[in-house]
Amino acid sequence: MAQLGQFALAIAFIVAIYTIVASLIGIRTRNDKLIASGRNAAICNTIAISTAIFSLGYLFLTNDFSVAYVAAHSSIDLPLHFKISSVWGGQEGSLLFWSWILTVYSALVIFQNRNKHRSMMPYVTSVLTATSLFFTAMHLFVANPFKVGAIQMPNGALSLFRPTDGVGLNPLLQDTLMVIHPPMLYAGMVGLAVPYAFAIAALITRQLGDTWIRTSRRWTMAAWGILGIGILLGGKWAYRELGWGGYWAWDPVENASLMPWLIGTAFLHSVMVQEKKGMLKVWNVVLIVAAYTMSIFGTTLTRSGLVDSVHAFAKSDIGGYFMAFIIVTISGALYLILDRLPYLKPDNQMGSVVSRESSFMFNNLVLLVSCFAILWGTMFPVLSEWYNGNKITVGAPFFNRVNVPIAIFLLFLTGVGPLLAWRKASTNSLKRNFLIPAVIALVSGIPLYLLGVNHFYAWLSLVMSIFVGITIIREFYKGAQARSYGTGERFHEAIVNLTMRNTRRYGGYIIHFGFVLLFIGWSGQAFSEKVRLPESRIGDKFQVHQYDMRVEEMGVREGANYAAQFARVSLYEYGKKIAVMAPEWRKYGGRDQQGTTEVAILSTLKTDIYLVFQGSTDGVSGDFTIYYNPLVMWVWIGGTILGIGTVIAMLPNRQTPGKTPQSIRTKESEEVEQAV
Amino acid sequence: MKSKQLKFLVGSVAILVALVYFGYQGFNESMSYFQTVPELYASGDQAFERPRIKVQGEVVKGSIRREGGATVFTIGPADFKPPEGFVPGPGTHTLQVRYVGKDAIPDTFRDYASAIVTGNLKKDGTFEGTFIQAQCASKYERENAAGVTAANQ
Repeated sequence: MAQLGQFALAIAFIVAIYTIVASLIGIRTRNDKLIASGRNAAICNTIAISTAIFSLGYLFLTNDFSVAYVAAHSSIDLPLHFKISSVWGGQEGSLLFWSWILTVYSALVIFQNRNKHRSMMPYVTSVLTATSLFFTAMHLFVANPFKVGAIQMPNGALSLFRPTDGVGLNPLLQDTLMVIHPPMLYAGMVGLAVPYAFAIAALITRQLGDTWIRTSRRWTMAAWGILGIGILLGGKWAYRELGWGGYWAWDPVENASLMPWLIGTAFLHSVMVQEKKGMLKVWNVVLIVAAYTMSIFGTTLTRSGLVDSVHAFAKSDIGGYFMAFIIVTISGALYLILDRLPYLKPDNQMGSVVSRESSFMFNNLVLLVSCFAILWGTMFPVLSEWYNGNKITVGAPFFNRVNVPIAIFLLFLTGVGPLLAWRKASTNSLKRNFLIPAVIALVSGIPLYLLGVNHFYAWLSLVMSIFVGITIIREFYKGAQARSYGTGERFHEAIVNLTMRNTRRYGGYIIHFGFVLLFIGWSGQAFSEKVRLPESRIGDKFQVHQYDMRVEEMGVREGANYAAQFARVSLYEYGKKIAVMAPEWRKYGGRDQQGTTEVAILSTLKTDIYLVFQGSTDGVSGDFTIYYNPLVMWVWIGGTILGIGTVIAMLPNRQTPGKTPQSIRTKESEEVEQAV
Repeated sequence: MKSKQLKFLVGSVAILVALVYFGYQGFNESMSYFQTVPELYASGDQAFERPRIKVQGEVVKGSIRREGGATVFTIGPADFKPPEGFVPGPGTHTLQVRYVGKDAIPDTFRDYASAIVTGNLKKDGTFEGTFIQAQCASKYERENAAGVTAANQ
């Protein structure tokens, strides 16, 4: 099977070169047969890479430890689903996984547009396949997942080596979330390659209207949504698995996934300006090139060991190749943009400062500043070492100081932007749309403060959440009311039909509402508390806010592939028993007998009680740490809403002919005119 | 320049200036030197003055112990075998750390783990840590890498 995989990679390499050559020559010489041949070759590339990754999967399932990658990431007793996830659990496999997603996307794009965009598609195919070619070269020559293990004999010769069992998967990664999180990040990051390919094709063919944007819009949405959810799932994994009580630490690897997402967010918004007003054409191309580059850079950052990270990834020499690829990508795109500048002139002038387009502009400005600050902070150790030999790192305070105000400003724009008119919003419309929500939000700020929200940013974020939440709910309410009045539909039907008939607008609102909930969850972080309780004994009691805890039991038990020390702790709220928490401290066999904490978490809408047990050394006393984390659950709820909104925004608008009376149609379209 | 453009420019510049200022504040609050143990010793007396240093080293086997509320351990070069009557210090490129931080010690922290400790150097030559990051013990993987070199087919 390893030979088959290796062979498939070699085929993919040749086929990819042929795809690019055939597509480019085909379009230059207007030879339709050659173009079709290039298209088919691109599909072959997909088949070849799929063969490679399924071969690797087979090697994992059959415990073929003669292959070094399998031996290093799996073991006989590893449960089936973790054997599958081990395929992308390490360096070589994760790069192959990247390739695979890319080629599958390429095939989908080719199929989707088989009868469309005839002049653009050969270039789209070429750009996507060129990226795939780069990765295939990496698999073949730098990070080959099919290498067999070998051992050096005393006489210096190499001999094949097949260990009887593999090293196993790091216990921290033996978590279902880790089966989903990395593929989602990759699926999101790789997805940005599609709009990028369309942008480059548009530049080459000088078709710089909004065709490339409209054609790739769903891809952009999907990539953005999947990446966002992937990032949140990573946070959830960290929260429940790592035992430090939080879900985000501004670690370089986290930042690596956040940066392309931030630029993607800017892109999703600024393309609307191009679609509606024909402006920001250069900017949009620059943004998508930047987003794609960032996703490649993010992959580099996580995979090259360029920056020290708590993620224990292998240091390797892939960094240089990736940087070279990035430089080629950027220079090529830059050349094309400069050369095509005359085709990128705006059709309109910027409107007033209080207008839809300007809200998009400020949205873009701060998103890019945020991304730049994160890049700067992440790369600072490397930069400072180059500059004067001192490696200097910056920590969470730097990232928070910059990004918290940016985030709250963005939340503000989320509420205001969608309701501003293009060109210039009238004072009347401002009053009509914002006076009530603003007053309610500010008034509710007073009880919030009295209830103990005395942290400025947390208070501002909550007040802003109320403001934005109300503007969004009002939009649905007003729309549904008008619709049910006109059509006689019941109110809840009207809400559904309203949404389904303008999915992009209302899906967008739902996404925005997801963010409101995320901000509520994030605000809770300002009030997190942590209590360390070393050497606690059975019968000991401790208290955090309205919660009392009592240690009931400590003991040991044997798990499937680990031994655990456990504790049982009763949890009382206002004196009433509400739960028994059972945190554990586990030692896994195999690998390197790493100890891991199994946190016990009691989640409610109000707060999380997060209990860490770090085992007992003497059998009678153990170490506990309690985290009191208010509102965390809203982060996960917000993330779910975000996902739902993204799916809705991607659905085609439902047409319901005949059901909408003329009066309503005009009223609605007026609103849409004013709002969209 | 038209007044509209001027307004945009002023608005954008104001936002940027504020953010740069916040970034500067945050930088001062959190910047720390990132050094290995020998680099720490090489920076001489300066090391005592720096408010925040991140020092990286491998946890010396058998050195982790409890001292009241603190965890005391030694970090040093990879695969360091402490000799009889060993005292940590510049001679052996090893450093004694007293961890007094509030956070629970990470799961990955143990003998042979590569640890990054944030804190500062005390006059008595020990390092007072307030935060620990640890990468999974690399011993097994290193042995694996040393003993099993991979060859292409």
